Amino acid sequence: MSATTFKGGVHPAEYKELSLGSPVEAYLPKGDLVFPLNQHIGAPAKPVVAKGDHVLAGQLIAEAGGFVSANIVSSVSGTVKAIENRTTISGGRADCIVIENDQKYELAPGVGTRRKAEDISDEIIINAVKAAGIVGMGGAGFPTHVKLMPKNKNDIKFVIANGCECEPYITCDDRLMQDHPRRIVDGLKLVLSLFDNAQGVVAIEDNKPQAIKTMQEICAGEPRISVQVVQTKYPEGGERNLISVISGRDLHLGQLPADVGSIVCNVASLNAIYDAVYKSTPLMERYFTISGDAVKNPKTVIAKIGTSASELVEAAGGLKDGATVKKVLCGGPMMGIAMGTLDVPIQKANNALTLMTTDPVEEAEKVQTACIRCGRCARVCPIHLVPQMMARDAENGDYEHYEKIYGLDCISCGSCSYVCPSKRPLMQTFKQAKAVIMARKKAEKAAAAAK
Amino acid sequence: MGILVATVCIAVIGLLVGIALVNVGKKFAVEVNPKEAAVREVLPGNNCGACGHAGCDAMAAAIARGESPVNGCPVGGEPVAKQVAEIMGVEEVSSVKKVAYVRCYGTCGNAVSSVNYVGIKDCQAAVNSGLSNKDCAYGCLGLGTCVRACPFDAIHIVDGVARVDRKACKACGKCVIACPKHIIELLPDENQFAVRCANRDTGKNVKKVCSVGCIACHICEKQCEYDAVHVVNNISHIDYDKCQNCGKCAAKCPVKIIEQRFA
Repeated sequence: MSATTFKGGVHPAEYKELSLGSPVEAYLPKGDLVFPLNQHIGAPAKPVVAKGDHVLAGQLIAEAGGFVSANIVSSVSGTVKAIENRTTISGGRADCIVIENDQKYELAPGVGTRRKAEDISDEIIINAVKAAGIVGMGGAGFPTHVKLMPKNKNDIKFVIANGCECEPYITCDDRLMQDHPRRIVDGLKLVLSLFDNAQGVVAIEDNKPQAIKTMQEICAGEPRISVQVVQTKYPEGGERNLISVISGRDLHLGQLPADVGSIVCNVASLNAIYDAVYKSTPLMERYFTISGDAVKNPKTVIAKIGTSASELVEAAGGLKDGATVKKVLCGGPMMGIAMGTLDVPIQKANNALTLMTTDPVEEAEKVQTACIRCGRCARVCPIHLVPQMMARDAENGDYEHYEKIYGLDCISCGSCSYVCPSKRPLMQTFKQAKAVIMARKKAEKAAAAAK
Repeated sequence: MGILVATVCIAVIGLLVGIALVNVGKKFAVEVNPKEAAVREVLPGNNCGACGHAGCDAMAAAIARGESPVNGCPVGGEPVAKQVAEIMGVEEVSSVKKVAYVRCYGTCGNAVSSVNYVGIKDCQAAVNSGLSNKDCAYGCLGLGTCVRACPFDAIHIVDGVARVDRKACKACGKCVIACPKHIIELLPDENQFAVRCANRDTGKNVKKVCSVGCIACHICEKQCEYDAVHVVNNISHIDYDKCQNCGKCAAKCPVKIIEQRFA
């Protein structure tokens, strides 16, 4: 099968070899665990524990605060130390539940109870996923139970297991596919059982031969599941591009994948669905990559949700001798968010930490010049926008025109910033423009509601 | 000979068109409220929009129609209000001159900085990125969004913190809207004292990030004889309706964050 792909995109250096070779180990946190209440898209969760309560691993500590929201469970047993406002991994502040780890890892009653395949119904799957607090683990953090309940159930043609992992440095999905292919496929089969007309597709970039091989072996006997090898290109794993590659249909602003007949789940989410349904185990831990040229032993670990980022860096051997860290990113170098401190907890949707000895933004700023209108950004934009025009509008504050040229469709992949010969901070400009427009729309809506 | 004919022709056409234009101008003249024109004359003409109208023309029309108060121009202040009141034939309503004030003194030496923000040099962009050059979550970022918003060149970044030039400020309020940290406010110009901090954390946490942050010690509150100073949400506030400019709060402030704006 020849590798398929979309139009546009870039080929950044992968650096996957840094962390791919090391064995995956479970890391047990030493310090307190912190659970921000807004670690998913939608309404923040509401705490159901109070300061001083004793909680067990897998116990619900905050319940979904609305339809689009997710439960949060404790990943360790211990005492609730505080519920307070703290800095989160994105640099913002949010209310967090802080749990002091008693190092016993006592499981809450019912966690780990195995379910038999014949007992599983659609309702049980949805309820188990909801109770487990599973969210999109590829980065977006969209509550999975909402994703699994589209209005047009029978129109769903594809359930895509996203194992592309196109972001440089990160290898956690690759390792997960190599280590637990059976779980991923069983998770995918559970999702497929909800959609009668759908076929399952496992999409993997062709730079992961080992993962492709294992997944193909497992999927060989599955009539409804196939493995689709896609070309190694960034952002191949972006939801919109993947749907376009697999199903041939394009997604537009305001549409969800279900509107074009696809459901996309990260392989880590499918693994979590498997755990939740078959083993009644909520989302407590995930594969997490710590990499970058400043890290001594870049590797993937199984980290408890809520573990401090600084502990995970220590788990990867800490910093290289004599290395000074210039840039810490939550995620990879393309879409990752720069972090100001390592003293923050990792969340469900985070998949990697990248520590670098150089700051590419700083380097770029030194040589930044005016836009020369070469059009390279438009050539690589995976959703076919014209970044140079969007940047001009954003810089001039002409947000009306920015919207008119579909600037809100931007997926913030950073391909334009990557190729720009003038080193312009395009992606940050668009992120800001989108934030300003969304804030204005919200204010307008509030003003209209007040009338 | 040819040149003469051409000259005469052009002269005659010019004359006829001139007469026609004068007549058309008189016939189709748009009646302008004389007051509107007079008011427009005395308005500053910055077209800043601080009054809420689309520039000084629209403001003059609104005043002439009686839809806007005579002291509605924050830029012109009292002198303009007086002139406008005279034109409109109403008694002048007293207007208090205000100036913008930045509630932060976290200069490079005072504020603790553990992060180096690189990226677009704009405060809103920095807020969106979640990073800031200062550890204080409330203070001035010093990237100059307010400086670019000011139409009067009255606000500048001095040593990492925005500082308002009291004399140049016309209180149009553009910086107040532009500041993503919401630390700029309009104060009455005659009041001498102001709290130069906006940190709502408790004293212990403030000390960690800034040497001159309000630690909510309540000493200012106890010093004030006029019930004008109160600590709300861990930050001192001065009620300018009650403040008598005695300066006792500023004298006793242990972190010297209540500032005498001009001696």
